Amino acid sequence: MIIENSDVVLSVCDLTAEVDGIPILNGLNLEVRAGEIHAIMGPNGSGKSTFSKVLAGHPDYQVTGGEIVFQGQNLLELEPEERARSGIFLAFQYPLEIPGVSNLDFLRVAYNSRRRHHGLEELDAFDFDEVVREKLEIVKMDDRFLGRSVNEGFSGGEKKRNEILQMALLEPKLAILDETDSGLDIDALKIVANGVNHLSNPDNSIILITHYQRLLNYIVPDYVHVMEGGRILTTGDKKLALELEERGYDWVRQEDATEVVAR
Amino acid sequence: MSIQVSADLIPSANPSGTSSSHRQTALMALLSHRSPLDLPSIASDVTWLHEVRDRAAARVQELAIPSTREEEWRFTDLSPLMQTVFHVPKPTTQPAYISLLNLPEASEHRLVFVNGVYKPHLSIVPDLPTELFIGNLSQLPSERLAHVQNYLTQQPGAEEVFTTLNTASFADVAIVWIPKNLVVETPLHLLFVSTAEATSIAHPRGLVIAETGSCATLVEEYWDGQAEDPDSQGNVYFTNAVTEIWLDANAQVTHTRIQAESKAAFHIGKTAVSQARDSRYTCNAISFGAKLSRHNLEIYQTGEQTETTLNGLTLIGGEQLADTHSAIALTKPHSTTRQLHKCIVDDRAHAVFNGKVFVPKAAQLTDAGQLNRNLLLSPKARVDTKPQLEIVADNVKCTHGATVGQLDTDEVFYLQSRGIDAASARNLLIYAFAYEILGKIAIDSLQQKLSQLVTSRT
Repeated sequence: MIIENSDVVLSVCDLTAEVDGIPILNGLNLEVRAGEIHAIMGPNGSGKSTFSKVLAGHPDYQVTGGEIVFQGQNLLELEPEERARSGIFLAFQYPLEIPGVSNLDFLRVAYNSRRRHHGLEELDAFDFDEVVREKLEIVKMDDRFLGRSVNEGFSGGEKKRNEILQMALLEPKLAILDETDSGLDIDALKIVANGVNHLSNPDNSIILITHYQRLLNYIVPDYVHVMEGGRILTTGDKKLALELEERGYDWVRQEDATEVVAR
Repeated sequence: MSIQVSADLIPSANPSGTSSSHRQTALMALLSHRSPLDLPSIASDVTWLHEVRDRAAARVQELAIPSTREEEWRFTDLSPLMQTVFHVPKPTTQPAYISLLNLPEASEHRLVFVNGVYKPHLSIVPDLPTELFIGNLSQLPSERLAHVQNYLTQQPGAEEVFTTLNTASFADVAIVWIPKNLVVETPLHLLFVSTAEATSIAHPRGLVIAETGSCATLVEEYWDGQAEDPDSQGNVYFTNAVTEIWLDANAQVTHTRIQAESKAAFHIGKTAVSQARDSRYTCNAISFGAKLSRHNLEIYQTGEQTETTLNGLTLIGGEQLADTHSAIALTKPHSTTRQLHKCIVDDRAHAVFNGKVFVPKAAQLTDAGQLNRNLLLSPKARVDTKPQLEIVADNVKCTHGATVGQLDTDEVFYLQSRGIDAASARNLLIYAFAYEILGKIAIDSLQQKLSQLVTSRT
């Protein structure tokens, strides 16, 4: 929801970044305020996923210029775990499998690291169990997922639901969902979308990175951005997504070119 | 002994700077610590046993400590072993620490050997004669003692130098004899502990006979009894162990072998297993300890439809070297082998894996799979891995693979992105890598103890 005069949660200014020496982001600007849902769309290779990895602090992505301010803090100074603890959450496009580590233990360690950061007492296994069971309901997950190794042998939909479960537990200020809808059947998509809608509130913000307009039928964005060549070409509301679905990305590129010439 | 001859011919090619005569002398020095057999004089006729030992002793005199020019020892230089002078351990009192090594699950059957000597008061053996025999040589009923000669030292591969040295030198034998169709519900625990202060040498010997249709779980452990602190350097000593395991038709043995010697010790161990038809053998071999260790794991499938599962985990750091040489000989059709060996190597440690699988013409319709996965935690850590499949049969399924890698950046990042710091993330992933093997150990207290050891090492 767009709330007038709400706090700026994330401010990205003229961001450039590269992977293995290849520039991917080329001057990206974005401002996200509390309560807002932003969708970032764009063709393959436009830099969407790179942007999400840069926000979360993946070591393989080098920021070469610009700045990211998150809740008044220079995000680029923080280690990935510090970003997570201060409220950044990235739902992975491909959640990793960690055989040998039980999902419950993993969730508890993650949950407690954030509580510690906020000066709260850590929860023991017993108390945490209660918390996690409550959250399971949000993503319609069976409690037997807790006893299994993290994501091991999970279906694509189960992995994505597990990501949203983590989001529910960590209660981030800014959640970045990187193609969380890709590869999901419609039932799983509804569950994931309902989970995200449930977690969305005036205090937090969500960035949805997606290829498909379909997701935006279930999670309605306040803003839709089109990315190409490592920057945001154009911004609109949810109607822009429908237009993209119908007309593809080429017309955006042309309009952008016209705009540049006009300048 | 062509290798020794060639060593004399080409002395300049000797990498360790020791000639074959040095290596012969060094082996003879180890032989000079032969212990007398621990058998009461009233025992029945054991002439055969003395003869077996003496024959082995005579043969040792023709052998030498292997050099790195021998293919079997290419990556494992035994020079440090040769440079150490060993003694027969003096009798010691038992440290209270040994009780920590007890397994609650193995409450009915336990044999404890300290510095190679059987300790009846630390062991648990049935008071009354039962069908199952577990005990040392002197406890074995005389009618069975005569029968033992069909098994003891009779495995193929007994001619190998350190096995021969053990045969010539062992003072006693840990014997487990499971009679026909007996299912032993609780684990059988063989515990070999070293506590000697001086540089000592011991030759533990084990013999396990699983008769037709029997079923048992075996835990064989080698621990440094001096060091409660896992980080202490510990004593210099040499354990030269041999265990022979015989599975008769349709028998099942699940075997966990743990090598946790002191960080300054030498450990050369052999596990030789013969499997008759329809038998099932599983080995979980875990190596943590020793400055220099070698595990020779030899499986001889002698009948159809045998199943062999080998799980291995090596976890080393510092300057440790741990070498696993496995060899599986399939000889009959419809047999299966599964092998997964994993190594976690830190600091400047060096792991070696050599896995042989022989599939001769007669072993048609067999299925052999082997995988070796290695995790290097430091730039100076080293792994030498060598799968070695010799397949003559033409209608078989054989797979093998080896991977060497570091911790996956993406996995560490995934955990970090959930607020877990980098060091804890690494530890969690190392534990998970080890758990694939440790999780197969079905004895809870043992699995827990080993898990803690992994966690404390990372």
